[in-house]
Amino acid sequence: MTVRTGIRRIYSESILILFVSLGGGIFAGSVLGTEGMVDAFERIPGLLLLLPAFLATRGNVYGSLGARLASGLHQGLIEAELSWDRRLINAITASFINGIYISVFIGLLSWAISSVLRPEADPSLVTLVGIMLLAGLLTSVVMIIGLVILVFAGYRYGLDPDNLVGPIVTTLGDIFGVVFLFVSIMVVGAIV
Amino acid sequence: MTLPVQGSLGTWETRAIVITMMPILIGLSILQMGSGYILETLEETYLGNPTLLVMVPVMIDMGGNLGCIMSSRLSTRLHLGLLTFKLRDENLQTNVGAILALALTIFTGLGIAAWAIGEFVISAPLPLVDLLAISLISGMILAVLAIVISIGATWLSYKWGLDPDDTTIPVVTNVCDILGVIILSIVAIIIL
Repeated sequence: MTVRTGIRRIYSESILILFVSLGGGIFAGSVLGTEGMVDAFERIPGLLLLLPAFLATRGNVYGSLGARLASGLHQGLIEAELSWDRRLINAITASFINGIYISVFIGLLSWAISSVLRPEADPSLVTLVGIMLLAGLLTSVVMIIGLVILVFAGYRYGLDPDNLVGPIVTTLGDIFGVVFLFVSIMVVGAIV
Repeated sequence: MTLPVQGSLGTWETRAIVITMMPILIGLSILQMGSGYILETLEETYLGNPTLLVMVPVMIDMGGNLGCIMSSRLSTRLHLGLLTFKLRDENLQTNVGAILALALTIFTGLGIAAWAIGEFVISAPLPLVDLLAISLISGMILAVLAIVISIGATWLSYKWGLDPDDTTIPVVTNVCDILGVIILSIVAIIIL
């Protein structure tokens, strides 16, 4: 096989998935660029600091749930139906716990770093942790339900779940992560 | 390694999943604060030009995506015993060529999409030439670094006898995620 035909093959295998991920990312970016969001970044010290951590950890938390579901289906440990299965419940509970505590930790970390580096900005612990807790909660519910349904449906349809998980997680994660971040900023902003 | 006992939940125990992932999630969140710190340092540039914020989620995702494609291809070759680390290796050239071609397409698309959103959606326009230059220059630097880091990490796991599926891929994906924002920021301040 020549280098040229090899490049063409890898390119055509990967370009569609990368475009799906590009679409999700651009949607998320458009939300970040809206006036309301830019305004929140200016108003709430520490919010810009936590943004990359918030966006990136979702990939690890729900990517790992997706990979686990895919391996479980391949090994016959779980079945592709929504039932009260011990393994399924455990995996879902674990990723829910992971999604929540890591969001709270990110809020805490960002408050601590901002307090040390920019004490004059007077970052608020309640605001940062509140936003992360709410955004983490909303994101995990939607991500877990969406991931389980899509992976199971794809598997029943005859698709390999290993190939589905990556694009599903990046696309859902980008879209819902930023939308729920925005919602949480508005809600917490109204309360605090 | 012990074989799982029939009927035992083994690695499907909630506690086991949470505890295994904790160091990864905590470590990653701390590392991601590095990208967040850069966003915050350049707050004026980003909030003054919200169109740049549109690019942030894609830059976070795409480094990891390219690194993941490259390193999973290399690790499969390594498992098959076919991988060499010579520059004249045709398979290595094919992988490098494919990643660069994918990056060229995706980051051209990102530049155009960011321009269109800045112009028509969030009304914070920047010239198309500037956005294409920022997207392509930072994207291609990111792709080259993703390639170099993937090759380096695969070589190290080969040297140390580690399974690249468990080590290289998560490390490469997360390191490339972090580099995305750093490179975007440096290129953006040089060009704008």
